[in-house]
Amino acid sequence: MRDFAEIWSYLAAGPLVWLTLTLVAYVAADALSAATGRAPLANSVLIAVILLALTLWVTGTPYPVYFEGAQFVHFLLGPATVALAVPLYQQRRRIRRAALPVLAGLAAGSVVAIVSALWIAGALGVERDVLAALAPKSTTAPVAIGIAESLGGSPTLAAVLVLLTGIVGAVMVTPLFNAIGITDWRARGLAVGVAAHGIGTARAMQVHPTAGAFAGIGMGLNAILTALLAPLVLGLMV
Amino acid sequence: MLQALTLILLCQLAGEAVARATGLPVPGPVLGMGLMLGLMALSDRVAGMVVPVGKVILRHLALLFVPAGVGVVGHLDRLGAQAGWLLLAIVISTLLALLVGALVFLVVAHLTGSDERAGCEEGDGNA
Repeated sequence: MRDFAEIWSYLAAGPLVWLTLTLVAYVAADALSAATGRAPLANSVLIAVILLALTLWVTGTPYPVYFEGAQFVHFLLGPATVALAVPLYQQRRRIRRAALPVLAGLAAGSVVAIVSALWIAGALGVERDVLAALAPKSTTAPVAIGIAESLGGSPTLAAVLVLLTGIVGAVMVTPLFNAIGITDWRARGLAVGVAAHGIGTARAMQVHPTAGAFAGIGMGLNAILTALLAPLVLGLMV
Repeated sequence: MLQALTLILLCQLAGEAVARATGLPVPGPVLGMGLMLGLMALSDRVAGMVVPVGKVILRHLALLFVPAGVGVVGHLDRLGAQAGWLLLAIVISTLLALLVGALVFLVVAHLTGSDERAGCEEGDGNA
């Protein structure tokens, strides 16, 4: 029988191990999240990321090797975004009836997300090129990366800040709205889609289908609005 | 199942092509989402085909963010000495955006008479 190290080094070089471990980590994280009654801090993305990061660290695996396997999951983000048309379609009458509140909430949430982040970080002495990567943090990653680059920020840093924002929003949204007594799933969903893009939308879908649909519309529209607003606000503020 | 998946990929592909051709600052999949919504609204057959498959894909939307999230861990050092300040800015800014977005929604919903009682699910044609 060959020794474990030899088998491992053979398997770890191919995509199967890392694809499988991504699913294993997520299934474990999702089970933990379900076992805590979907407690906000037991966020399934956060737990799975920590488990996998530890695994990579312990096994000394570089991220590009991991991504060879994980790319198959990553690729599905595109088709899943198209599939967000399903909850929008199912709730279309409701969304149409709420068109004005949706647009108003979108505009307000989007402006506050950009202005407050730049204002706080700027006041704390964060440099301009980092602010350029921070400005589009609430929008979906491909849009944020494009915006950050056009403003002179680092695309990698923009992606990091986008993902941190998504996790922070997804962890924060339920306790925040429960604490201040906002019970309208439309308002809760829209706000988290605008403030925390796809990760917030994924959280909203776990919590309530109406929140999920309104989060989807918030995320989609904020991709467009942030692309228009972020350069404008950065120009005015910095 | 296969037809619905094909249609989803075709919408994404069309979205990517349009985004690239027009230079719109909107990602291809978001345009694809709009296109799919239009197709579903036009044809009940398309809607009936795509709804169950879309639901399956979206049930574990959170899983799809995991590979990118793992990538972030390796880049946390990029935040450098400013990491704490950036995280603080993100936490406060996200809190404010959530609050203001939801409150403005509720105020405008009230003003325009599109209130809904909490938890009240209307007949929405989503049978």
